[in-house]
Amino acid sequence: MGTVEYIQHHLTNNHIGEGFWTFNLDTIVVSFLLGALIVFVSARLGKQLETGKPGGFQNFVESILDFVSTNVRDAFPGHNPLIAPLALTIFVWVWLMNFMDLIPVDLLPYLFQLVTGDPHAHLKIVPTTDLNTTLAMAFTVFALIIYYNIKIKGVGGFIKMFLFHPFGKFFIPVNVVMTFIEEVSKPLSLALRLFGNMFAGELVFLLIALIGGTLAVGAAALFWAPLQVLLDLGWLIFHLLVITLQAFIFMVLTIVYLGMAHDEGH
Amino acid sequence: MSINATLLIQIIAFVLLVWFVNKVLWGPLSKLMEERQKKIADGLSAAEKGKHELELAEQKAKEVLKEAKSQAQNILSQAEKRSSEIVEDAKVKANEEADRIKAAAQAEIEQEVSRAREDLRKEVASLVVTGAEKILQKEVDAAAHNDMLETLVKSI
Repeated sequence: MGTVEYIQHHLTNNHIGEGFWTFNLDTIVVSFLLGALIVFVSARLGKQLETGKPGGFQNFVESILDFVSTNVRDAFPGHNPLIAPLALTIFVWVWLMNFMDLIPVDLLPYLFQLVTGDPHAHLKIVPTTDLNTTLAMAFTVFALIIYYNIKIKGVGGFIKMFLFHPFGKFFIPVNVVMTFIEEVSKPLSLALRLFGNMFAGELVFLLIALIGGTLAVGAAALFWAPLQVLLDLGWLIFHLLVITLQAFIFMVLTIVYLGMAHDEGH
Repeated sequence: MSINATLLIQIIAFVLLVWFVNKVLWGPLSKLMEERQKKIADGLSAAEKGKHELELAEQKAKEVLKEAKSQAQNILSQAEKRSSEIVEDAKVKANEEADRIKAAAQAEIEQEVSRAREDLRKEVASLVVTGAEKILQKEVDAAAHNDMLETLVKSI
């Protein structure tokens, strides 16, 4: 199998359907499984909460919760009970989906091919390297941004924001274009940043995997295989930072954007 | 990597997940954490209050002790005063008693002296009579010369 083929194969989703009505099964299944993990763990934890002496796992979850609510308090003016759980869900879910990137790139596809018996079966296990996932969250956040803009400022206020911001009443056409771009860039930057980072990270993993795979033939493997291990470890450690950072950025930007939507003076 | 219907499914999944996390995890856990925070704050304020009360009690105890000391001092000085008074009193009484005894003794002595003097007179009178009898060789009628004797005795 050639290098290009190998990479393309890895970056193709396992899908059914045609055109728009295509469903990326691997994205859906993996993200649902991770969502189910969150649901299962929180349901179990929710049943045995303790005020007096929380156990280790409860402490861990509490510290995440504390971290998220500190961020919400810092970046979000006013009070909205939806923001904090939204931010928590984004942070945990995105982190878990990103974490799939750290599983060896060939392990799960290989197992999947063994199980299905189809040597060409596609499997792309990182849901956040699928633009559909990141856009789904970004659009949901965007819908909330518009909803709260209208709810807090009123329809008139929302229209006024387009007309008189940022250059005052003498530049209404420019203002409409500018504000439109500003608003639309919010979900797009959210989705594309996460997608780009994860996609690029996955690609680097694939390239590193190629070092010991296709490049190494015969005795050369003695040199290439250790190099691959070293590079893989380095990128893995670095990527651990990246996935956490990306999850954090997505969360904080969501909070900030929704905070801007709640800001009446804007 | 094209956009397709997966997007819709992911949106639904995301919304459901947010809803669930809020209901099951965030709601109860943040409520619990708030309760715990309140409990800790209450405990701290109660401890603060207890400390304050202890301070007050200590102050009060000090005051009571001070008062008791001053009272004891008072009682002590009063007792001293009283005892010196009693001593003074006793001294005065003793002096009076001594004076009285002295006076009585004086009076008795004087009485004794006058009685002795009387006895002596009588003795002398009888001695004079006896002496005169001897000298005159005859009996002197004591009764007849009583007046004279009386005068005589008195002049001694």
